[in-house]
Amino acid sequence: MSDRLAVRKTYKLYLNGAFPRSESGRTYEVTDARGGFLANAARASRKDARDAVVAARGAFEKWSGATAYNRGQVLYRVAEVLEGRHAQFCEEVAAGEGLSSSRARAAVDAAIDRWVWYAGWTDKLGAVLGGANPVAGPYFDFSLPEPTGVVAVLAPQRSSLLGLVSVLAPVLAGGNTAVVVTSRDRPLPAVTLGEVLATSDVPGGVVNLLTGDAGEIGPWLAEHDDVDAIDLTGAPADRAMELERLAAGSIKRVVRPPAEEPDWSADPGLSRLTPFLETKTVWHPMGL
Amino acid sequence: MTSTQPRPTAPAVFEYAPAPESRSIVDVAPSYGLFVDGEFVDGSGTPFTTVNPATEEVLSEVATATDADVDRAVRAARRAFTRVWGPMRPADRGKYLFRIARLLQERAREFAVLESLDNGKPIRESRDVDVPLAAAHFFYHAGWADKLDWAGLGPHPLPLGVAGQVIPWNFPLLMLAWKVAPALATGNTVVLKPAETTPLTALLFAEVCRQADLPPGVVNIVTGAGDTGRAVVEHEDVDKVAFTGSTEVGRSIARAVAGTRKRLTLELGGKAANIVFDDAPIDQAVEGIVQGIFFNQGHVCCAGSRLLVQENVHDEVIASLQRRIGTLRLGDPLDKNTDIGAINSAEQLARIRELSEVGEAEGANRWQPACELPERGYWFPPTVFTDVSPAHRIARDEVFGPVLSVLTFRTPDEAVAKANNTTYGLSAGIWTEKGSRILAIADRLRAGVVWANTFNKFDPTSPFGGYKQSGYGREGGRHGLAAYLEGAQ
Repeated sequence: MSDRLAVRKTYKLYLNGAFPRSESGRTYEVTDARGGFLANAARASRKDARDAVVAARGAFEKWSGATAYNRGQVLYRVAEVLEGRHAQFCEEVAAGEGLSSSRARAAVDAAIDRWVWYAGWTDKLGAVLGGANPVAGPYFDFSLPEPTGVVAVLAPQRSSLLGLVSVLAPVLAGGNTAVVVTSRDRPLPAVTLGEVLATSDVPGGVVNLLTGDAGEIGPWLAEHDDVDAIDLTGAPADRAMELERLAAGSIKRVVRPPAEEPDWSADPGLSRLTPFLETKTVWHPMGL
Repeated sequence: MTSTQPRPTAPAVFEYAPAPESRSIVDVAPSYGLFVDGEFVDGSGTPFTTVNPATEEVLSEVATATDADVDRAVRAARRAFTRVWGPMRPADRGKYLFRIARLLQERAREFAVLESLDNGKPIRESRDVDVPLAAAHFFYHAGWADKLDWAGLGPHPLPLGVAGQVIPWNFPLLMLAWKVAPALATGNTVVLKPAETTPLTALLFAEVCRQADLPPGVVNIVTGAGDTGRAVVEHEDVDKVAFTGSTEVGRSIARAVAGTRKRLTLELGGKAANIVFDDAPIDQAVEGIVQGIFFNQGHVCCAGSRLLVQENVHDEVIASLQRRIGTLRLGDPLDKNTDIGAINSAEQLARIRELSEVGEAEGANRWQPACELPERGYWFPPTVFTDVSPAHRIARDEVFGPVLSVLTFRTPDEAVAKANNTTYGLSAGIWTEKGSRILAIADRLRAGVVWANTFNKFDPTSPFGGYKQSGYGREGGRHGLAAYLEGAQ
C-alpha cells in the first residue's frame, strides 16, 4: 500500500456526449454496501431528463442511419474499452453491490461478454426478424425491423453493471438511442460506463445516463411525447402501474418490470431486442 | 356542401343503367342475440338497432352484452381453451380454420351483400376486397396452426389463453378475420366485440362457426357499444387484448391494461402521406390517389389522406385528379357500378363535416365535384383541399372520410420531413418511376407499411401495423403470430 493521497473522481451525468452536473445543482451521497461513503453523485432533475431526450432525439437519425456493420463495430469497440477498464469496474461493482472480488469479476466478465454478444446482433436482425412476404400480386413485399426511436430505460436497481448492460446494449444494437436512469443507490459503474462510451466512437447523445431516482424522473420520461418506448425494469414496484398509464398517453411501447429483478446471467434471447424494434413492410412494384 | 363547382372540362361519361346486386341472397333476422359457448343467447342489456347507412332503414335489433354477459363469454372461452382448443392437435385446429375459410368462400356473396347493407360500402369493394381477403386470412393462418415451431418465435411457442378483441366498423368482417384467424391458429380462444354500427357480418360469421362444427366457446361474439368493449378489455380472465380503432380509445385501453399481465396490441389511427414525385406516371398516380383516399369512403386507418405532390407537377396532378373524381359514381352501395358508398353513421358524417368546415375556416381551398347526394342516408362527396399548410387541422387530424388534403414539396428531403411530420405512422405511399428512389424514401419514412406505385393493398402474408401513435404489434404474416404467443420473441 502506498501512502499517496488518491485523486478522487467527481461522478457526473453523461448527457449528449458531455459530463455535466445536474442543472439543478443537486447531488446525493452514494455509499458502499456497508454504508461507507463512496461519492456524491449528481441527482438528475426533470430538466436533465428533458435535455437528455432532446439529445437522444438529435442523435437518432445518425445512429439509426448508420450501417448495421458500422453499429456493430462501434459497439464492439465499447466492449474493447470496457475490457481495458476491467479492474476499475470490478472495484466499483464490488463496493457498490457488496460482492466478493471473485463474484464482482464474474459480473464484469459477463457484462463485457453480453456487450460483445449484442454487438454481433446488429447485422443479423434484418435476416432473423425480417423477410419476404409472398403476397398475391405483382409486388416484391418485404418486412424489415427498424429501431423504435428514443427509448427511456429505468435500469435495474441491484445489478449495477451487468443489469445495466443487459438492458442498454439491446436498445443500442437495434439502432435506438437511449435515456437511462441508473440504479439509484449503485450509480457509479454507470458513470464509468459513460466514460467508456465517450471514448468508444459512440456518437454523443446516443446514450444519456442520468444518475438519480427513477421514481422521480421516471414519470417525466413516461409521459414525454418525444420518447417512443420505455423499459420499466428498474421502476419502483409501487410506481410501475402509474408509469405504464402515463406511457399510454403517447402510445409508448412499454416493457413491464419483472416481479423481481432477474438473474442477469441467464441467456436473454431476443426478448430485449424485439420490444424496441418496429416492423416496416414495403410493397415494391414489379413490372417490365 | 358549401361549394359545388362544375366539373372541369368533364369528359363525356356514359350514363350507367342501375345494376343492383340482389339483397335476396341474405336473410337479415329481425333480431340477434349474442353468440356465447356455441349458442345464440339473449343479452341482458337494452338492445340496439343497426341501420343501413345508405337509407337509414333499420336492419335489425341486436342484443347488448352487459358485464355479466361478457363474463359468461369469457368463461366459455376459458373452458374451451382449457378443455378443447388448447389440448387439440394443432393440425386439427388448422383443419377447422381451413373449413372456415372455405365456408366464407362458399357464402361470399351473402357476406358481401350483408356487409354493404350494414356498413354502406360499395358492393364492388365488399365483394372484391373485404370478403375474399377475410377468407384468405383464414386460409393463410390455417396453415400456420401446425407449423408454429418453425415461425422463428422461439421453441414451442404456447398460446396465451383467452383473447379479448374489439374491432371497428370500417371493415367489419375483414377486421374480424385479422383478429380471429391468428388467435385461433396459435391455439387461443376469443371473445370478440364487433362495432355497434356494423354487427351483422360478425353474427353471420357465428353461423359459419357452427357450420364448421367449431367447438363451442372457441369463438364468442358479444355485441354492444363502448361499455361492452370496456367489459371485454377489463375482464380479469382475459390474457390478451387486441384492438383496432381510434388512437383516443387505444390510449384508454392501454391505460386500462396498465399494471396487469395482459398482452396488448393496438392498431390505431393514421394520417398517411401519399408522395407523388414529378417522374411518376401521372395517370397511374391519380388512380392511386383516388384509391388511397376514396376507397371505403376514406374510412380507412391507413388512408392516403395527405397528398404530398412535387411542386412542379402540382397543377397537372390536381387537374387530372379533379377530372377523375368527376367520374366517380356515388350512391347505392349495392349497385355494382358504385364507387363511393354511404358514410357509416350520422356521427361519423358530423365529424367529417366539422373537420371540413375547419379546413375552410383555416384557409384551405375546398373542392368538390358536382355530385348529387341521395336524399336519405349519410353521404359526403369526395373532397379535395388544396393550399393546405402542415399546421392545418385537416393536415394533422384523422378525418376518416373522403377528404384529401394536398400539400407540396420541392426536394426529396422536404417530402420525407413533411411525411414524417405527424404523430401517426401507419402507412405511406410513394409514386415514382425510379426503383432506387422508392427504396431510399421508404427507408426514411417512419411508417409501418409503405406502398410504392400502389396504395391500400393488403395480404395475409404481409405484416400490417403502425409506428408511433398508430399503435404497436403487427397483423398478418409471421410477425402477426407473435401477438398471440407466450414468450414470442
